[in-house]
Amino acid sequence: MLRLDTLVKQYKTGDLALKGIDLEVPDGQVMALIGPSGAGKSTLIRCVNRLVEPTSGKVSLNDMELTTLSQGRLRKVRRRIGMIFQEYALVERLTVMENVLTGRLGYVSFWRSYFRKFPQSDIDEAFRLLARVGLDHMADKRADELSGGQRQRVGICRALIQDPELLLVDEPTASLDPKTSRQIMRLIRELCAERKLSAIINIHDVLLAQMFAERIVGLQLGEIVYDGPPDGLTPDVLTQIYGEEDWEATIEKVDDEDEVEDELIGVEPALGSG
Amino acid sequence: MTLSHPTESLVGRRWKRPPFIANPMLRWCLALGAAIYLAVAFGTMEVNWSRVADGLPRAQRFLSSFFPPDFTSRAEDIFDGILESLWMTVISTVVGIAISIPVGLGAARNLSPRPVYLFSRAVLAISRTFPEIIVALFAVKLFGFGPFAGFLALSLGTIGFYGKLLAEDIEDMDPVQAEAVKATGSSWFQWLNYAVQPQVMPRMIGLGMYRFDINFRESAVVGIVGGGGIGATLLTSFDRYEFDSSAAILLIIIGIVMVVEYSSGYVRRWVQ
Repeated sequence: MLRLDTLVKQYKTGDLALKGIDLEVPDGQVMALIGPSGAGKSTLIRCVNRLVEPTSGKVSLNDMELTTLSQGRLRKVRRRIGMIFQEYALVERLTVMENVLTGRLGYVSFWRSYFRKFPQSDIDEAFRLLARVGLDHMADKRADELSGGQRQRVGICRALIQDPELLLVDEPTASLDPKTSRQIMRLIRELCAERKLSAIINIHDVLLAQMFAERIVGLQLGEIVYDGPPDGLTPDVLTQIYGEEDWEATIEKVDDEDEVEDELIGVEPALGSG
Repeated sequence: MTLSHPTESLVGRRWKRPPFIANPMLRWCLALGAAIYLAVAFGTMEVNWSRVADGLPRAQRFLSSFFPPDFTSRAEDIFDGILESLWMTVISTVVGIAISIPVGLGAARNLSPRPVYLFSRAVLAISRTFPEIIVALFAVKLFGFGPFAGFLALSLGTIGFYGKLLAEDIEDMDPVQAEAVKATGSSWFQWLNYAVQPQVMPRMIGLGMYRFDINFRESAVVGIVGGGGIGATLLTSFDRYEFDSSAAILLIIIGIVMVVEYSSGYVRRWVQ
């Protein structure tokens, strides 16, 4: 379970990005964090693994306080927190396999990683994950040869091979087309269910958030203004989060979830139970 | 879509690209100042045309004594000089780059704490202040004539050049890729190896080749002040008025520089 206690982040410029956030994410819960640009969504998830240092307040994962850890201990905790990024953030000149194995860096010594001599169990797991997302034949391709959706799937593999307890997902679909966006969101949700992972997903797209998350938290100017189920997002609530707009079209319930059943992702349940 | 403005009032509205310097007064003063300075500078340069006229036939005689280039009569000296220059170039490039990697890492603002950054930048600034030939003059005074002086000068030059460009390339890298590797719980050295190195490597290989090329050319220059190598051979041939041998040496230098140039272009394409 992840718990944030009156978390505050003030940047050096004086901007107060988070104004005392209290939040609990139980194990296995997929939570979407919505809100306008600049609401503090990215800051919030980066404060969890301390890519951004919080100004005050506490972050604890399974009752371990993260904000006071030394750098060495912090690295050990970061291994158990997977992160997925908006622009995929793959190291473009490394191969797909190297990018996936990057997720094991925290578990192997420098020289092993330097000579790319990862334990066979890591390589097995990497191939299993790549097969799970339908990219095992791309292992030796360079990351910048892949399409956006493929890169994001490699990014997901990199996060999952860390064997995380928690996924931090930062705008996973912002650079993807609508169909790929759905496939990626569905994949993330399936993988979370398979592995009993909890996840915080920053997302712009309210519709996608409603379709794929069990809980929605609305952030506005560094404060939580909504915390509840997806169908609690009424026009009033959305106006509170984003400001005045015609929300009726956004809220319209979508029931056609199965129309694109992963023809690209190639779900193979036999391989998927890693 | 409804527009809140009546569009008619916008018809005929003029548009011009905003000028680079907003203040028109300042703009014209700068332009005028530059023009006046240039005119005065040209006026100050004295050209004695009669001496130019005298010099031209001399130049013709001088140049014609370069031809035909004589590769044979001093072949052994030339060969030794080239070999010495080449190993001076190789060693100083390798040593210079090896030292400039830690310095360059230290001089990258996004990698190093402030004191390390300032110290490394100071090292780079100092090694870039003195041109190779000045350092070579010092080194010759300190350690005597010979290629060791040249090697020192070229290595120091390489540190300043390569370290600065490495630091700047690291500062320009994509921070998100670096962040992603850091988020996996990698150690600092693993992070360097997986996030930083792949991003800067192609450019650094290209710059290494380029520095090799510079060092070879500079090895001829430092040789002239006593740093050994082909420069020393070239100077000797000048002193003996053996201009045909000098021409041979110059042609060989041009040839080697061209070989390095073409192969570095090829290597750069290959590593991209």
